[in-house]
Amino acid sequence: MFGKLTWGAIPFDQPIPLAAGGIVVVVIVGVVAFVAIKGWIPYLWREWITSVDHKRIGVMYVTLASVMLLRGFIDAIMMRSQQALAFRSQGYLPPEHYNQIFSAHGTIMIFFVAMPFVIGLMNLVVPLQLGVRDVAFPTLNSVSLWLTATGALLVNLSLVVGEFSRVGWLPFPPLSELTYSPTVGVDYYLWAVQISGVGTLMTGVNFVTTILKIHAPGMTYMRMPVFCWTALATNLLIVAAFPVLTATLAMLTLDRYLGFHFFTNEAGGNMMMFMNLIWIWGHPEVYILVLPAFGVFSEVVSTFSRKQLFGYRSMVIATMAICVISFMVWLHHFFTMGAGPNVNAVFGIASMIIAVPTGVKIFNWMFTMYGGRVHYATPMLWSIGFMVTFVIGGLTGVLLAVPPADFMLHNSLFLVAHFHNVIIGAVLFGAFAGYTFWFPKAFGFRLHEGWGKAAFWCWFFGFYLAFVPLYVVGLMGMTRRMQHYDVPEWRPWLLVAAGGAVVILAGILCQIAQLVVSIRRREELRDLTGDPWMGRSLEWSTSSPPPVFNFAVLPHVEGRDEYWRRARLAERAGPMAEPIYKPIEMPRNSATGFVCAFFATFGGFGMIWHIWWLVGVSILGAFATFVVFAWRDRTEYEIPSDEVARIDRANRRARGEAVAGAGALS
Amino acid sequence: MTAFQAGAGYGDDRPEEGRRRAEALFDRADPASKRIIVGYGFWIFLLSDIVMFSAFFATYAVLVNETAGGPSGKDLFNLHNVAIETACLLLSSFTCGLAAIGSRAHNSLMYYGGMAATCVLGLGFLSIEIHEFAGMVGQGAGPTRSAFLSAFFTLVGCHGLHVTLGILWLLTMVAQVFAKGYRADILRRVLCFALFWHTLDIIWVAIFTVVYLLGAGA
Repeated sequence: MFGKLTWGAIPFDQPIPLAAGGIVVVVIVGVVAFVAIKGWIPYLWREWITSVDHKRIGVMYVTLASVMLLRGFIDAIMMRSQQALAFRSQGYLPPEHYNQIFSAHGTIMIFFVAMPFVIGLMNLVVPLQLGVRDVAFPTLNSVSLWLTATGALLVNLSLVVGEFSRVGWLPFPPLSELTYSPTVGVDYYLWAVQISGVGTLMTGVNFVTTILKIHAPGMTYMRMPVFCWTALATNLLIVAAFPVLTATLAMLTLDRYLGFHFFTNEAGGNMMMFMNLIWIWGHPEVYILVLPAFGVFSEVVSTFSRKQLFGYRSMVIATMAICVISFMVWLHHFFTMGAGPNVNAVFGIASMIIAVPTGVKIFNWMFTMYGGRVHYATPMLWSIGFMVTFVIGGLTGVLLAVPPADFMLHNSLFLVAHFHNVIIGAVLFGAFAGYTFWFPKAFGFRLHEGWGKAAFWCWFFGFYLAFVPLYVVGLMGMTRRMQHYDVPEWRPWLLVAAGGAVVILAGILCQIAQLVVSIRRREELRDLTGDPWMGRSLEWSTSSPPPVFNFAVLPHVEGRDEYWRRARLAERAGPMAEPIYKPIEMPRNSATGFVCAFFATFGGFGMIWHIWWLVGVSILGAFATFVVFAWRDRTEYEIPSDEVARIDRANRRARGEAVAGAGALS
Repeated sequence: MTAFQAGAGYGDDRPEEGRRRAEALFDRADPASKRIIVGYGFWIFLLSDIVMFSAFFATYAVLVNETAGGPSGKDLFNLHNVAIETACLLLSSFTCGLAAIGSRAHNSLMYYGGMAATCVLGLGFLSIEIHEFAGMVGQGAGPTRSAFLSAFFTLVGCHGLHVTLGILWLLTMVAQVFAKGYRADILRRVLCFALFWHTLDIIWVAIFTVVYLLGAGA
């Protein structure tokens, strides 16, 4: 009836996972109970859970990422404290638990923090920047969101029911094969990543179609903001790379469930094929994450330097060059496979070449700042912090791209320091810059600057304190993923690294305080103009938060930085004449995404625990959901022109008054 | 269609129309119609599906000689059956095309007839494939026998799974048109289904060549 699932799956004998799982359960039950008692469930269901509005889906993506960031960070600080303590002792985490923690940390941070964060920002901003009303497939967008949430839920479920993978954030065989990992840990990993990966693939299809096919009149390719270009490149990479991940994980699943021999030791299986396949996805994945961050920095640097972005065309070319070259470097993740000097040289050189377009971007951002009137608001601080940090991370990356050096540094903490240097320094800083930059657009009030700056400085110095020591111990020969060690020279550095993790914790606490303070003081942080930063692209031309239809009338685009052009024109010639309002058709909300993810959760759970009837029921349920969706007769609703006019006139009035007030002050 | 082709297609008799369409594609002056957007998006999805198959093809190519002392393709493949399978699938692409044209012309005989023929041919293909798989498993050449057979069953089986889902989709589309008529959104889905079915054909041509022809000849 319940497959492999028994009471033994709940870790009553292990205090740390039990307590952690208990806290998670209590928090979730508490939040749900609080929402239910307050009577907010109908509102949440109507306005958020079934919403197909790209802005709300974006907000939910970022919320998911932020919650999972806390979970991933708890794993991180446990690892740092374990290594600080486990000198010539066992520390406080037994090996099998420590292995789960580093596996969960990597899995969560890549798949359920970085991915949803950048996808959330793209959801919020790309349609607004293109000057349109929604993405190409709004309901599919909701399906993507909820499938990602399913994956996150399954990972967290493994805290309480069973255990998580112990084999690292990528399940390298033969360790991940049934022979060596007989428990459900790897299965949790496989199904969580597989289900959320399908959601990500759908996002890729959706956004490629949106950016290439849907746009305001006159929004030519070379007038698109750079964030749209980087989003395009990222989603092209998703479409091209994620199917390989799906195939690879499916093969490992077949090995584990049905005794196939893709990656096994016996019967002709080839485990190095797994390395090749997973990194053919894995290296583009790095750029899937970082390209949107580059887009954010392009918008932020140009806005806060009050200048057009320097070298727009070279930025576009560099973005697309990275998009292509990122598929030609995967082998540098396993130079030590022994493919021979020629193969290693080719991939080493390709890895160095990809640093060139990235360097072009860095120079473009610096030349944008040069001669500009730079305003050091929080998003700009994240951007400058990124430029400094990312250059260091890039340099150590070029160092690792030299095969002989890589033979020495492979699998050491030097490598760990390198990829945290680029992922924290670029992806996370970019996500935080975008979060601060576009928060007022999403909610109509700014985030508190003081707490934001405090958070930045804690993260910035905390990062260096936590990871520079890892470069050093890596050079001293310390390998990654060590549960304990007995080399006294490493100890002081690991203590400093643990201190760095505490400083980052302070940064996270500042961010929580910033959010709380900003919500409580939202009236004084209110932005009535829709344009709190003197922005440049079209998202600032509508109100904050934008109406559900984004633009009362689709803007006619006449150049790059369209909103900046209009705003300066309005300063000279007064506001534009009122447009002729027409009724607007918008997609109706749909529970398809949520219901589908509901079945996916149970289907995944059934697969993990071999509860086959549950799998069958779930597949039937998901199919029925889609048929019901396809059977709808009304897919859109119309907003009458009077209503459009009423909303838009109110926005125009508020903007006009706020601008006039600001003019009187200055 | 690329802008270049759009221009070229009208190049001889109506040059100004070709230029206008090419410029429209580059300037993106007109918003695309829903039919274009849906078809385009589905094409992107199909490309991703082809990428997934390419991973299985690459795996098959790596593992094709890893028979672990078991049978190889030469011992197992029956080109006679494969020829019938291929004929079924290629013919079903033709009938599927007829159904798509019928749906656009609101011609029920053509639509239902085309869909029915496609369904029968698809089921014929599947039954031969299942028969082939069952025979191989019966003689001890199942997917757990060797890495070669794992790769073979996964690649060909993944295509078979797509055909199965395609038939499920086909039946749903027949039911939809039957219940709701030739509505614009349903016609868009029929278009996507037809694209899907033709793509399965393309993938089968690759399987036919890489797996069966090369395998039986090796």
